[in-house]
Amino acid sequence: MSKTITIDGTKISFTEGQTIMDAALAAKVYIPHLCHNPEFKPHGSCKLCTVNVNGRAVSACTMPASDGMEVENKTETLDNERRAIVQMLFVEGNHLCPTCEKSGNCQLQAVAYCLGMMTPHYNHFYPPREIDASHPDVFLDRNRCILCELCVRASRDVDGKNVFGLSGRGIGSRLVVNSASGRLGDSTFAVTDRAAKVCPTGAILIKRQGFSVPIGSRIYDHKPICQVETEGKSGGEHE
Amino acid sequence: MTFELETAANPENLKRVVIEPVTRVEGHGKVTLLLDEDNRIHQARFHIVEFRGFEKFIQGRPYTEVPVLVQRLCGICPVSHHLAASKAMDMIIGAQLTPSAEKLRRLMHFGQVMQSHALHFFYLASPDLLFGFDSEIATRNIVGVAAAYPEIARQGVALRKYGQEVIRLTAGKRIHGTGAIPGGVNKNLTLAERDFLLKDIEQMIVWSQGAVDLIKKIYCERPEFHNGFGYYRSSFMSLVRPDGALDLYHGGLRARDEHDQDIFDHLDYGHYWDYVHEEVKPWSYMKFPFIRSRGREEGWYRVGPLARVNNCDFIPTPLAEVERRIFKAFDGGSATQATLAYHWTRMIEMLHCAEGIQDLLHDDDLLGDDLLSQGERALRGVGVIEAPRGTLIHHYRINEDEQIVRANLIVSTTHNNQAMNEAVRQVALQYLDGKELTEGLLNHIEVAIRAFDPCLSCATHAVGKMPLEVELIDAEGKEIDRLVRNSSGACGV
Repeated sequence: MSKTITIDGTKISFTEGQTIMDAALAAKVYIPHLCHNPEFKPHGSCKLCTVNVNGRAVSACTMPASDGMEVENKTETLDNERRAIVQMLFVEGNHLCPTCEKSGNCQLQAVAYCLGMMTPHYNHFYPPREIDASHPDVFLDRNRCILCELCVRASRDVDGKNVFGLSGRGIGSRLVVNSASGRLGDSTFAVTDRAAKVCPTGAILIKRQGFSVPIGSRIYDHKPICQVETEGKSGGEHE
Repeated sequence: MTFELETAANPENLKRVVIEPVTRVEGHGKVTLLLDEDNRIHQARFHIVEFRGFEKFIQGRPYTEVPVLVQRLCGICPVSHHLAASKAMDMIIGAQLTPSAEKLRRLMHFGQVMQSHALHFFYLASPDLLFGFDSEIATRNIVGVAAAYPEIARQGVALRKYGQEVIRLTAGKRIHGTGAIPGGVNKNLTLAERDFLLKDIEQMIVWSQGAVDLIKKIYCERPEFHNGFGYYRSSFMSLVRPDGALDLYHGGLRARDEHDQDIFDHLDYGHYWDYVHEEVKPWSYMKFPFIRSRGREEGWYRVGPLARVNNCDFIPTPLAEVERRIFKAFDGGSATQATLAYHWTRMIEMLHCAEGIQDLLHDDDLLGDDLLSQGERALRGVGVIEAPRGTLIHHYRINEDEQIVRANLIVSTTHNNQAMNEAVRQVALQYLDGKELTEGLLNHIEVAIRAFDPCLSCATHAVGKMPLEVELIDAEGKEIDRLVRNSSGACGV
């Protein structure tokens, strides 16, 4: 007899070792997330996938599913908190969707739409963030980095290069490049690396390809992220 | 240098009249008049009071982003900036556009000019032209036009909508799309999209012809008044095709002086800076361009529909060419200098756009898949296009890392800066000099500015009900007259 958890009153089965997020995605139940990508080890940092389990708030991407677990996911309180998290991400960086080539393909933007975010609500920080255009094929725009570490994990775990890392603490945290100069062009990074195509926002862009996908053909032009994610497309696939 | 009435000799003893903001134009500007105790005009200036800073904040951005970023300059004519920037980026990546890509861009541009001209004529200018410059202010707006002339208003709305649909299907959105990219376009037209546009194009041509007939009738009913309103002579500059035809998308620069003589012709715009310079004046955020060979004093000029129709040898679509000939014959065959002739030529161009759209929709290249090209790369690109309001210059330099390091944009309204100031001064002298201040008289100044269809900021704009406050202050600084229009459009003292 298969083991099950209940998400918002619906029973779904899972296999041993799956997290709540794994089980939910397999059952086509959407739990908002940004730092999670099934291809990589869970990170639990963005906190968007916070759910209530037996009255406790946990990260769905790191919490192992266990038989009989009662999970609250789609509640007004949780969505309000998630929306606040996304709003804070927007004001902590410099996210200018109208002119960003990732618009329509951006998970941050799509999640914001999904959660009904109408305004940033908080005052913008307008932080000075460095742009690194030194690589011949890739543009690194830290203005749009949300510190999800997907590129860090992809470079380390798939590409075997350790090109990226985080430095600093708290609001001073920033994405750094593992090269003597600190510039991407002086690192071992290649446009063919998995890390080049895993960014959920527009922080890592392939040069000379901007806006080549017309409006109407972008990932989230016709379906919201909750539908795209549960129809089998894994997070972070943004070629 | 300064022009007559640009700077008063003793401004401290004069009363100051301010029209702020100027209404029924795109963006925010103001007019200041300095008058003596007998209400004689000593100074008249048209100020652009916004500062945008696009040339600075695009520095560091990848060149691929620029055509989408800079179009945010404007909510009315973003396609012009989108295409001018794309043309500059074509030069940077060494692209020679494929036939499909060029025709799709031309289609987008025709849609853009058509909707912008329709917006200006029907929404912004027609209240003055249909009701009179000093008519009842409460109805001197598009709502008043819709009530008194419902069919004209309906056609105006439909013409603008059609142009917007052309933009949507070529750029992805009606406003701020992404269709043009360096080296070409990112989408073609599907058969269904082409047929959708074909369905109504005949009607659009009929209505565009009707708009030409309407302005022609209005103009010719009082030819001396319309010719003489804000009259002055100037040079004109525009792009023309190699064979001298009107071309809104591409060509060489042609400038003719106030006597219709060539200053330069078929000039390669890739070195525009050898021919056009800009002067900065402390009282306006907008620069004052001039033709270098003629100097700061004589080198100012006009751009836009009047310049284009005056400058071209012919219009390459039949109905618009007939109308161009009628227009030219009106002033004896030479270039028409009248400020209000902008309206007439604007409608001739709208007819040309409708005809041009029809021609292109029958061209199968619009359905083609060969949309991109590239060649030898360069670090500098210049793109010039004839935007609805006139010649638009985009100039960029990039570094080896493909980031923008320098940008210079000379937008259509900037070219017309001195010309608009001249029109303000002429109207101030003709109609206000020595008179009591009234709203209707002040509107004459706005009518002169509106003829140019200026895009002052560009992205922010409002129609009709912008708050307006005019104060008349005497030589001792005491307020002696005051007119206020609140945000609901109501006027009071």
